[in-house]
Amino acid sequence: MKKPKVLVLRTAGTNCDLETASAFKMAGGEPELLSVRDLLSGKAKLFNYGIVAIPGGFSYGDDVGAGRIFANEIRGQLRELRGFIRSGRPVIGICNGFQVLVKAGILPQTPAGDQVASLSFNDSNRFEARWVRLRINLQSQSLFVKGLPEMIELPVAHGEGKFVVKSPKVLEMLKKTRAILMQYVNEEGKFTGYPENPNGSLFNIAAITNPEGNCLGLMPHPERYVTRWHHPNWTRQTFCKEGVGLELFRNAVNHALN
Amino acid sequence: MSALKTEAQPRGAHPQAAWSGASARDLADMNASHGWSLDAAELAAVQAHFQKLKREPTRAEVETFAQTWSEHCKHKTFTSPILYRDGKSTKRIKSLLAETIVDATARLKKPWCLSVFADNAGIVAFDKKWALAYKAETHNHPCAVEPYGGAETGVGGVIRDVLGAGLGAKPVLNTDVFCFAPPDYEGPVSPGALHPRRTLTSVVAGVRDYGNRMGIPTAAGGVWFDEAYRHNPLVFVGTVGLIPRSAIAKAVKPGDLIVAAGGRTGRDGLHGATFSSAALDDQASVSAVQIGHAINEKRLLDALMRARELRLYRGLTDCGAGGFSSAVGEMAELSGKRGGARVRLEAALFKTTEIAPWEAWVSESQERMVLAVPKDKLAALADLFASEGVEHCVLGEFTDTGRLEVSWAGEALVDLDLKFLHKGVPRRERSAVWEAPKAGPLVTNRRNERARAGEALRWCLGHLNVCSREWIIRQYDHEVQGGTILKPLQGLHHDGPGDACVIWPQAVVGEEGSFRGFSVGHGMNPSYGRIDPYAMAQAAVDEALSNLACVGADVSQAALLDNFCWGDPEDPSELGRLVRAAQGCRDAALAFQAPFISGKDSLNNTYTDAKGLKHSIPGTLLISALAPVPDVRQAVTMDFKTANNPVYLVGWTSNELGGSLWEAFAQEKGGAVPVVEPRSAKEALWTLSSAIRAGLVMSAHDLREGGLAVAAAEMAFSGEVGVQIDVDLVPRTRDVADPVTILFSESPSRFLLEVSPDKEKAFLKAMKGVPMARVGKTIANPVLRVVGLDSRTLLEERLNELKAAWQAPLPRILG
Repeated sequence: MKKPKVLVLRTAGTNCDLETASAFKMAGGEPELLSVRDLLSGKAKLFNYGIVAIPGGFSYGDDVGAGRIFANEIRGQLRELRGFIRSGRPVIGICNGFQVLVKAGILPQTPAGDQVASLSFNDSNRFEARWVRLRINLQSQSLFVKGLPEMIELPVAHGEGKFVVKSPKVLEMLKKTRAILMQYVNEEGKFTGYPENPNGSLFNIAAITNPEGNCLGLMPHPERYVTRWHHPNWTRQTFCKEGVGLELFRNAVNHALN
Repeated sequence: MSALKTEAQPRGAHPQAAWSGASARDLADMNASHGWSLDAAELAAVQAHFQKLKREPTRAEVETFAQTWSEHCKHKTFTSPILYRDGKSTKRIKSLLAETIVDATARLKKPWCLSVFADNAGIVAFDKKWALAYKAETHNHPCAVEPYGGAETGVGGVIRDVLGAGLGAKPVLNTDVFCFAPPDYEGPVSPGALHPRRTLTSVVAGVRDYGNRMGIPTAAGGVWFDEAYRHNPLVFVGTVGLIPRSAIAKAVKPGDLIVAAGGRTGRDGLHGATFSSAALDDQASVSAVQIGHAINEKRLLDALMRARELRLYRGLTDCGAGGFSSAVGEMAELSGKRGGARVRLEAALFKTTEIAPWEAWVSESQERMVLAVPKDKLAALADLFASEGVEHCVLGEFTDTGRLEVSWAGEALVDLDLKFLHKGVPRRERSAVWEAPKAGPLVTNRRNERARAGEALRWCLGHLNVCSREWIIRQYDHEVQGGTILKPLQGLHHDGPGDACVIWPQAVVGEEGSFRGFSVGHGMNPSYGRIDPYAMAQAAVDEALSNLACVGADVSQAALLDNFCWGDPEDPSELGRLVRAAQGCRDAALAFQAPFISGKDSLNNTYTDAKGLKHSIPGTLLISALAPVPDVRQAVTMDFKTANNPVYLVGWTSNELGGSLWEAFAQEKGGAVPVVEPRSAKEALWTLSSAIRAGLVMSAHDLREGGLAVAAAEMAFSGEVGVQIDVDLVPRTRDVADPVTILFSESPSRFLLEVSPDKEKAFLKAMKGVPMARVGKTIANPVLRVVGLDSRTLLEERLNELKAAWQAPLPRILG
């Protein structure tokens, strides 16, 4: 069977490209690391790929706000990414990649394609790395979470992950279109504050999808939980067979195969 | 940008007429006013050299000597003769480094040591295809002056060391260890010093911002607090990199182009290598600290990793202390038979037009590397750099003339004999004295302290040198690259003090089905060093290796790094302590069969008080240890797992409380410093390491500050599983007469283990011959219960209260 080609999009300051590529490889995809310049110069063609991933990191150093410069590049010069999403192919933006998608106006998805939300500085005002519990909205159309349990654990590591919206209407729209895909919760599955909600996100939002379900942006790092030995408690438990993060990549690969 | 307005600048190319007839005093004055940090013998050697040549040196030439001959670059104290007096005997040491640390490595002859003391980092085998490069550096002085920038550029510098090892290693782990004064200090802050809270928070922020932006997990380290570091904070930064074994050898051939890549050259970081005295003048404070910019280094890293695969260069090194002068000078030595380089410095890329040629030659601007590039590869390299957004320039070419020649727009700036530059530094003999401190009356029985055991435990857990480091650790991205199999924080709620992290670099190695990883451990205890630096060095090696054994690394393949931070080497007693510590390192390395592969020293960590008295920091030795974890799926964490499992204590407990936390708590003095018994310690360590890797141990933790009491508490509250320990069962020497001593002794080479009942038999068989005893069991009741020698309950403490005491200090002080 032919493996779907996955474009892992790099730029200066991308950090999580190797492990994201590795996760897609484990999931049965054929990842390729390419820099934005390769696409802009025409050396590579976006539509030759079945999946696009924008990994974590500090694109261009995040000097003028996390993901801002990369987002402007997409908004201005890489407009075909919107067409790629409209074609129904899977696109995932992780951490800095989520920040890029939000600041490029791709997520939350609006008819005009404007930026209506942002990822702002954590309430703690610090970069923090910790594992969090997430509740998945199983009502959503997202192709990435098919077959996943309602509650999962993933690590976060960011300084600017507080999801905020331009107006209350945006939140209403997100709820109505079932675009809120993951929310930070405590052990009992309840919405609580810090540290379970590690950044103070509005409505505990950790991940957003487009209503069609093929474009996902999330602050947590699924590529850091692709085997059971990635879980911080694997030395204590025997029940968990593999990393839940791998399922997200597998769903994307399987979708691209069909 | 490369065309400079130099008319108004002192160009540094003009001969300095003052040299040939100058008196020693004139030379000393020049030395002081220019900040060269050369001593009288070195100045005289330079003078004599130019008298022989019948010409005056240029400013740029003297600067080249100052950088190349600096303590930072040449390690003069460690490599020059020392007259060492130890009690009654006197001994002449030709080179301390060669006779201690390097000697141990040579004698151990480990085939997996692939490059030691030769390159920018030590390199050891990882598997058949890959090797690990490890280097640890200090950045003390910059961090004292400007802690955020100093920490950032310290991290950036050590990453470049690893990037400049062999043909370049990919960084896969950063380590950081700090020594600060207690951050809750309430006294006045001396002029020129910063409040220790500010130093701590700024250094952590610097390590965080640079390491996180570089995408390298910072997952190992430690902090030591002691009032003595108030004026001289210590910042140790380390990087482990992964390199194909086929890319370890580097070469330079005459005719290869000298290519500088990465950041531009500016006036930041002038005289960093010679800037070692605490007396700052106005000019030095403006320019001596470099400015870091992580994104430039990330671009450089990504570009070099691709260029390495395509073999677009033959050799490279980082631009660190001394800038181009050191980097080009070092690489020139490798070129042909005699070595040599010809540099046209005006071709460099500059940040500013306001830079004098000699400044460009020694500037320590960050994020720069120097490459030796075959002429026919230049075009491909230039394309690759352009695609990654990395700037580069061709500075000249390597030669076989035996000379270091630097010109500026046709005018000679430097024309030096390479051999004299690298071998001509005068070796001055220093004297060193070691006198063992007089032993005080030893406390032999602490029976009447029994009632305070619980209070002492809570005090120890809340001590700054024991308490939780979560406030710091969470700010580091310790899981980037997706290979952190054991995190620095372990246990049920991911907040217990792990012995070490385990890294599985599968995303870099890319080989499916390989579960080979590695781990890094650290050892340090300056309190022991105050009593005996020899014992301190042995304890540090013992601790670093114990950490590795606990998590499942193979200690029979452990390699060591040494980082000495010391006071004034011209003070015979300080130097005597340094000799003693180096001897401890050698003996420990030989005993544990763990070779040193790289090291670094930072001397002159002193401050002068208002009365003009010079104070040295306590001699501080950091040992970092690196070992493979053959199967990361066998890694073990320190948290107790379940109730009703036997608990074993490995190793002998003695009345060794010198420099211990108990002494600080009880305000005792004169205790015996913990001493490693090398032969038995090595046997126990290697045997335990095998047992853990065989999957026979559920939880393992080594006993250090606060001894058995603290270790048991940490394992219990991290796992939320109670434990009962009977101190009567603890294997102990005859000088131990009471339970308090058993609980708080800091005897080294001891471990507390949780063993599954169904594996107990196999465990006992595997551990045969190792001194140990079953001292208790895990229990469902969430308490730490210690039963005394007469079977009475000595202490019973609730785990949540112990944990709260342990977690409180840093958040309380730092917010």
